[in-house]
Amino acid sequence: MSILVGRDTRLLVQGITGREGEFHARQMQAYGTRIVAGTSPGKGGMRALDGTVPVFDTVAQAARETGANTSVIYVPASGAPDAIFEAVDAGIATVFCITEGIPALDMLKVMPVVHDAGARLVGPNCPGATSPGRAKVGIIPASVHREGRVGVVSRSGTLTYEVVQALTDAGIGQSTCVGIGGDPIVGSSHLDILRLFAEDPETEAIVLIGEIGGSAEEEAAAWAVEHLRGVPTAAFVAGRTAPEGKRMGHAGAIISGGTGTAAAKIAALEAAGIRVAETPGQVAALLIEQGVRPS
Amino acid sequence: MKLQEFHARELLSAAGLPVPRGRVASTPAEVRAAAAELFAVSASQVVVKAQVLVGGRGKAGGVKLAATAQEAEAAGSAILGMSIKGITVRRVLVAPGPDIAREYYLGAILDRAAQRILLMGSAEGGVEIEEVARQKPEAIVRLHAHPHLGLLDYQARSMALSLGLGGPHLRAAVAIAKGLVRVMVENDADLVEVNPLAVVRETGPGGLVTERLACLDAKITLDDSALPRHPELEARRDLDEEDPADAEARAQGINFIHLDGAIGCLVNGAGLAMTTMDLVKRAGGEPANFLDIGGGAKADKVAAAMRLILADPKVMAILVNIFGGITRGDEVAHGLVEARAVQSREVPRVVRIVGTNAAEAAAILRAAAFETASSLEEAAERAVAAVRRAQMASATGSPEATEARP
Repeated sequence: MSILVGRDTRLLVQGITGREGEFHARQMQAYGTRIVAGTSPGKGGMRALDGTVPVFDTVAQAARETGANTSVIYVPASGAPDAIFEAVDAGIATVFCITEGIPALDMLKVMPVVHDAGARLVGPNCPGATSPGRAKVGIIPASVHREGRVGVVSRSGTLTYEVVQALTDAGIGQSTCVGIGGDPIVGSSHLDILRLFAEDPETEAIVLIGEIGGSAEEEAAAWAVEHLRGVPTAAFVAGRTAPEGKRMGHAGAIISGGTGTAAAKIAALEAAGIRVAETPGQVAALLIEQGVRPS
Repeated sequence: MKLQEFHARELLSAAGLPVPRGRVASTPAEVRAAAAELFAVSASQVVVKAQVLVGGRGKAGGVKLAATAQEAEAAGSAILGMSIKGITVRRVLVAPGPDIAREYYLGAILDRAAQRILLMGSAEGGVEIEEVARQKPEAIVRLHAHPHLGLLDYQARSMALSLGLGGPHLRAAVAIAKGLVRVMVENDADLVEVNPLAVVRETGPGGLVTERLACLDAKITLDDSALPRHPELEARRDLDEEDPADAEARAQGINFIHLDGAIGCLVNGAGLAMTTMDLVKRAGGEPANFLDIGGGAKADKVAAAMRLILADPKVMAILVNIFGGITRGDEVAHGLVEARAVQSREVPRVVRIVGTNAAEAAAILRAAAFETASSLEEAAERAVAAVRRAQMASATGSPEATEARP
């Protein structure tokens, strides 16, 4: 098992003929992800990735003809909300949106539609998810992973790679690594992903990577107190030195009115019994101290 | 992006909200003329307000009342040119100084956790809402607007009545509440705040005193991601008040925030960039900036980032931390070599490049004799050590560390 992406993933790439879409589709395919279709309006009937993947004009056609159950979106911000609407309307169950720079109010309008369709959205502005040895959806470099039993959830991209690489180097493999995105309004929160990990029999330990802004880490910590008792869990929170009132690169990474500080998040996580590392490199050691065995 | 008060007032006014008409002035003579005009149309006093994007103008003396045009001119002289939190005041707003009966707070923000627009109101107006939230949280009324429906009439009425704005004020209060949410949606704002919203007394002909609602201050913050579709708002960016480095960073597509320390940071990815700053601090140093070159940066962008960092004279060492994914390590290494060839001054730098094409990057860096590190902790420690060496050298008068290149 694993969460969100795995051997039963039948992936549709929205924007497969674009520069980003094509580049990452190749990487995903090379990793072993089953890419069953791509979409690119006006290019229906073509074939992408050296003729291996059929391209459709619409998601509905692609889903009907290929049985795609997951999609990943690489279209520009101006068209990304529409791409999400199209995917959930076609019955795609899990949608990853990699696109950065979608206005927050657009995402406010997207979310009720996603909920009504019973779909799950991960992102936007996220690196996707990888279940090592099974499938990768998004842009996380394959080289950082190792198969194993630690679930990783993070708001960042490269910081996730940093932590995961350190786990891999320490001999600790991962069940699934999920980047939920750095925007203020995202489809899946830390808590949503923790719930999935808690139900996954192959995930035996959890790493939560957070950063300043919002209260997602605090909400996850409050839930973990009751539901992750006995599960080895370690966290890292970026932005201890971030000044108030400045957006630190991610649209959602901002301390405002004294809320959303790293200190508050670290305190909430520690109060929930979760060990918080001071550096990305310490995360592995914190898991090992809680009984996770390197292989 | 924050809007200046006078721009925020324009947006509210355009949406039909009752905002007393003010004028912007940039010289004391203009202040006097604007005040004279307001006095001519019945104002009994005027307020002269510094137009800066930092908070605390009142405390800093940037807001003054005046009873005559002459007094207004003097207030203008005092405020124009003054420095508020390091920002020089270039413009003031001259507005009628109303007779305030009661003050309220009304603001709309993005509620991240609820994924809704949150309208907040309080009868404790005129003070910061964060302060009210701390001292008297029960004094804040909260309502969520549905993303597709906006603020409904009954919600606006409920807000008005909760604040005690019933009876003769109900209709105006409902229009203001709905207007705030509309301004937020139409302009893609993160925050639209009126503080204070006030009941003001006006004396009409024959000495008849009437009360009405007025928006006496306005604060609007726009969603940067939405600015591309609002060129009219982008045009209101205050370049005078912006650090020139910020403007250059924006032009280059680099996320850059200037800080006070001595260690310049060049990183790919926002989370990793924050982490790099945190580890600099942990190693005993202070970061000079947050800098994220984004994904897939090429050599020219790396060179631009190095220029931004070196433009800060406080920078005594540079830490480069790249985790290659989409970004290729060798591209970054080439950029570092290019930047060094044309840089304005020499500072020690520690480079850590891992991930995609790290081996190629290492070869380039070795050939160019860059100091490298393998872990982030090690890189941070070395950068801090380099600053200490440079500080020692300058204390003993050795030119070694900061010598300008020919």
